[in-house]
Amino acid sequence: MSEFIDRGGQEVIGVARVEGPIVVVDGVGNVGYDEVVEVFDSRGRVRRGRVLEVGEDVAVVEVFAGTTGLSIDDTRVRFLGQPLRIPVTEEMLGRIFDGMGTPIDGGPEPLADHYADINGQPINPTARVYPRDYIQTGISAIDGMNTLVMGQKLPIFSGSGLPHYQLAAQIVRQATLGAPVGETPSQAAEFVIVFAAMGVKHDVAAYFRNSFAESGALTRVAMFLNLADDPPVERLVTPRVALTLAEYLAFERQMHVLVILTDMTNYCEALRQISNIRGEVPSRKGYPGYLYSDLASIYERTGRIKTSTGSITQLPILTMPNDDITHPVPDLTGYITEGQIVLSRDLAYQDIYPPIAVLPSLSRLMKDGIGEGRTRADHSHLSAQLYAAYAHVQDVRSLASVIGEEELSTVDQKYLEFGRAFEREFINQGLTENRTIEETLTIGWRLLSILPPEELTRVSPDEIQQYYRK
Amino acid sequence: MSWQIGTVTWINGPVVRARGSRQVSMLELVEVGDEHLVGEVIGLEGDIITIQVYEETSGMRPGAPVYGTGMPLSVELGPGLLRSIFDGIQRPLPVLEMRSGSFIGRGIHLTPLYRKDRWNFTPQVKVGDAVTGGTILGTVPETPALEHRVLVPPDLEGTLTWVAPAGEYTIDEPIARLRTENGEQELTMLQRWPVRRPRPYRSRLAPTEPLITGQRVLDTLFPLAKGGAAAIPGGFGAGKTVAQHQIAKWADAQVVVYIGCGERGNEMTEVLQEFPGLVDPRSGRPLMERTVLIANTSNMPVAAREASIYTGITIAEYYRDMGYHVALMADSTSRWAEALREISGRLEEMPAEEGYPAYLAARLAEFYERAGYVETLNGERGSVSIIGAVSPPGGDFSEPVTQHTKRFIRCFWALDKALASARHFPSVNWLESYSEYVDDMADWWREQVDRDWQTMRGQAMTILTEESRLERIVKLVGPDALPDEQRLILETARLLREGFLQQSALDEVDSYSPVQKQIRMLDLILHFHQRAQRIIKRGALIVMIHDLPVVNKLMRMKTLVANDQLEKLDDIRRELDEQMDQLEAEYR
Ligand SMILES: Nc1ncnc2c1ncn2[C@@H]1O[C@H](COP(=O)(O)OP(=O)(O)O)[C@@H](O)[C@H]1O
Ligand SMILES: [Mg+2]
Repeated sequence: MSEFIDRGGQEVIGVARVEGPIVVVDGVGNVGYDEVVEVFDSRGRVRRGRVLEVGEDVAVVEVFAGTTGLSIDDTRVRFLGQPLRIPVTEEMLGRIFDGMGTPIDGGPEPLADHYADINGQPINPTARVYPRDYIQTGISAIDGMNTLVMGQKLPIFSGSGLPHYQLAAQIVRQATLGAPVGETPSQAAEFVIVFAAMGVKHDVAAYFRNSFAESGALTRVAMFLNLADDPPVERLVTPRVALTLAEYLAFERQMHVLVILTDMTNYCEALRQISNIRGEVPSRKGYPGYLYSDLASIYERTGRIKTSTGSITQLPILTMPNDDITHPVPDLTGYITEGQIVLSRDLAYQDIYPPIAVLPSLSRLMKDGIGEGRTRADHSHLSAQLYAAYAHVQDVRSLASVIGEEELSTVDQKYLEFGRAFEREFINQGLTENRTIEETLTIGWRLLSILPPEELTRVSPDEIQQYYRK
Repeated sequence: MSWQIGTVTWINGPVVRARGSRQVSMLELVEVGDEHLVGEVIGLEGDIITIQVYEETSGMRPGAPVYGTGMPLSVELGPGLLRSIFDGIQRPLPVLEMRSGSFIGRGIHLTPLYRKDRWNFTPQVKVGDAVTGGTILGTVPETPALEHRVLVPPDLEGTLTWVAPAGEYTIDEPIARLRTENGEQELTMLQRWPVRRPRPYRSRLAPTEPLITGQRVLDTLFPLAKGGAAAIPGGFGAGKTVAQHQIAKWADAQVVVYIGCGERGNEMTEVLQEFPGLVDPRSGRPLMERTVLIANTSNMPVAAREASIYTGITIAEYYRDMGYHVALMADSTSRWAEALREISGRLEEMPAEEGYPAYLAARLAEFYERAGYVETLNGERGSVSIIGAVSPPGGDFSEPVTQHTKRFIRCFWALDKALASARHFPSVNWLESYSEYVDDMADWWREQVDRDWQTMRGQAMTILTEESRLERIVKLVGPDALPDEQRLILETARLLREGFLQQSALDEVDSYSPVQKQIRMLDLILHFHQRAQRIIKRGALIVMIHDLPVVNKLMRMKTLVANDQLEKLDDIRRELDEQMDQLEAEYR
């Protein structure tokens, strides 16, 4: 894995201070900000780290594997003179790596003629291509209401115990390049998958692995696993390693890459830990003030560029502590990503799968990915109408809980009926049920037809004429 | 043109310390390391120089050289700004792309304005003229949509000893020579101005005309004055960016400066791909011809994000000084405030609220103070209007950036999460938002559009306020408990919300709503209300009103009636009166 092994570099014996995952090294010269180090314990075992801050003869180093077993006098630190880089090659597909990019599947180190800095570089906005090709996931609540577009970053906001893994796996299994209703896709885009786990349990990684295997996708997947019992600081590197490979595959090998990052909340906790140990001024809930910029340096590594036909689509998964969407991790994520799919505990209790809370969910790129020539001309109005109607259902429900259902107006009773049907028949679907875009739109219109046509002011009279069924 | 002034001693992300010359000045532009990364001096103590670096510092080492330039961070001003897209320190992104490909490389030095273009200059002065800062030397058709006025730099005055004849010149070539107290000076079409210093004007004028945006909830209910300042706060997904884009597209400003400050790359790409194809309803020209874009996205260096706001506002002031109305959008000022916080944190300054530095409020004030309706140095009238998006954590407006911003703006467009999730856009909450410009704008509306705007606006606000009070009762006892006069208020309020306030940016017709259409739509809804009120007093039931076919028309008139066929609104009015007459006849 490590390209720098033979490069020598400056070495220092003994450190000044060890605290949590941080060591402070004195008596260094000529060390670069952000460069990689190798830290050896008294028995010569190596672990890696990187320089967080550097002065004239002192460097603050973050040790990815933690500092357990390091002593002041016997620790050796070697500075390698460059930022962390990994080899990138197509051969990494079908392989499993640890959170730093070292193979853990028993296979050989990938042979690459190309090494890339894991921090990447910002995409120039003028070099981007605005993403407009939608991905059919076969899931109505997504395709109909929050359409995913190739090159989008669309996270799943979940809570512990909710079926976000099933949903992500189903999306991966079913994702195909979308086509307008009545046409078949002109090109069959095959997605490759880059999967990065940060602090998740073994069985989660196993679940995804099995799911990829069952759908025959395993040869198209590269997995980077930092599991719950792996060093937390390593988590800070894992998504960057994964995205470095994704960028290579998408922008140099012209592939369509789906990147799954889970769980971003664990990533942020590791960042908070380092920040607290360094005594930085916290902003909200102890997270550092630069959490937004740090997350952006991950999420913005998504999209399409003019010089490649490939794309990176990101599906980060995060669990909201206490199901609180205003918690800094989902909050800052939502400020950066192009929408969010929010899962609801309420729906899950009612046995609705996928329990997607459509009202707080959003796909910002949907507007340009749907409509005539992309899905169907009425799609945008239909989804706006479903949103408006379902939002009204919430008001009616709370009114009904006060005055009783019988006291509701006939129209409001229709809304209740619509609301139930929408949850049972539109949102709810099987784990393996793969609906076409046309099926999704048809269900949407069938349910709208529960309501009197005068209520439907978001769709045009012509559309009512064509699709409303009484 | 730079010389070594010190060497780096400490590096922490974008903040670097160096030891060196005591001659360096605060806010001087410097270059750091062998790659000559651009930076700015933000602190001096003895021989220790603190620098914020506008590029990624990965790999930089103590001992690296620091070079001084003797100049503060400045922008280049001249023809060629329009249609451009720059990063936060005014590097032209398309040229950067040619140099370093799809990804932004480091240490690339580029001149902001293209030097080789030749511009058609027509002089307006002659030899012997006494000129002062701001005097128009001549004009250049910068784009078909805008005449660029070449000004004497603000701090110069003297007598012209030579003026170039009409013809084509590059921005480096002299177009005039000026004898000043300090000797003779050559003038070109290119000027530089330090970004952190507001450009001077003769005097500030009271705002008298609105910045028309074509968005009904803004123009009719919460108008912004030309030269005014507005904030758009809202949680993620509430609609800040779409609102900013809408204003950038449709505002009746002659120049638009749009700053993408710490936000998404794709949103800038969207503007770049969409604007050239959109036509300004007033000039009939592609929107790009009046637009300057600044893009320092969330993943670009954080110090340059801090600078981007100043780069943008200085360009805006420059066009103001030519006598133009300029609208500036900053999306998002919160990301700029966070950049301040991040730099401040790395300097280990004492934090005030939520980790923000104590000078946050002062910086916000300085920025919004640069908005204004002014008499320029040459006696023209020009304005800079500022529309700043604010991104409060958790959508909670009690946080420091929203709260401090509120002190310096007079127009508050509060976006509402609940409205946004019901897809009521723009999600401007009519109870929480305000404009302190309403009275100032009354004359303009009276003279230009309709005598009764302020009255109608008041009536609409009353109905909406009343609705929210009634809704609280309905939540407890259901709507049937209300008398029909009050249920009529709910009915009219629904018309106002869905038929008037709601306006889809995606709708071909309704994306832009001319003021004449706005006022006539409002008039119709209020007319409906008055007639219905009378009929209900006579004993008609609310369901009869609700079931009138014209209600559906009122709900849809925004899209049914094209912007150039406003006479169709008269037809709807006629229909309304007929149906009301009929009903009224039954209850005579
Ligand atoms: N005026 C509008 N008309 C139609 N849709 C809108 C409007 N404003 C916002 N939206 C919808 O809301 C989404 C989020 O808006 P955006 O401006 O990106 O939010 P923010 O910048 O506040 O996070 C958009 O992608 C769009 O779907
Ligand atoms: Mg936005």
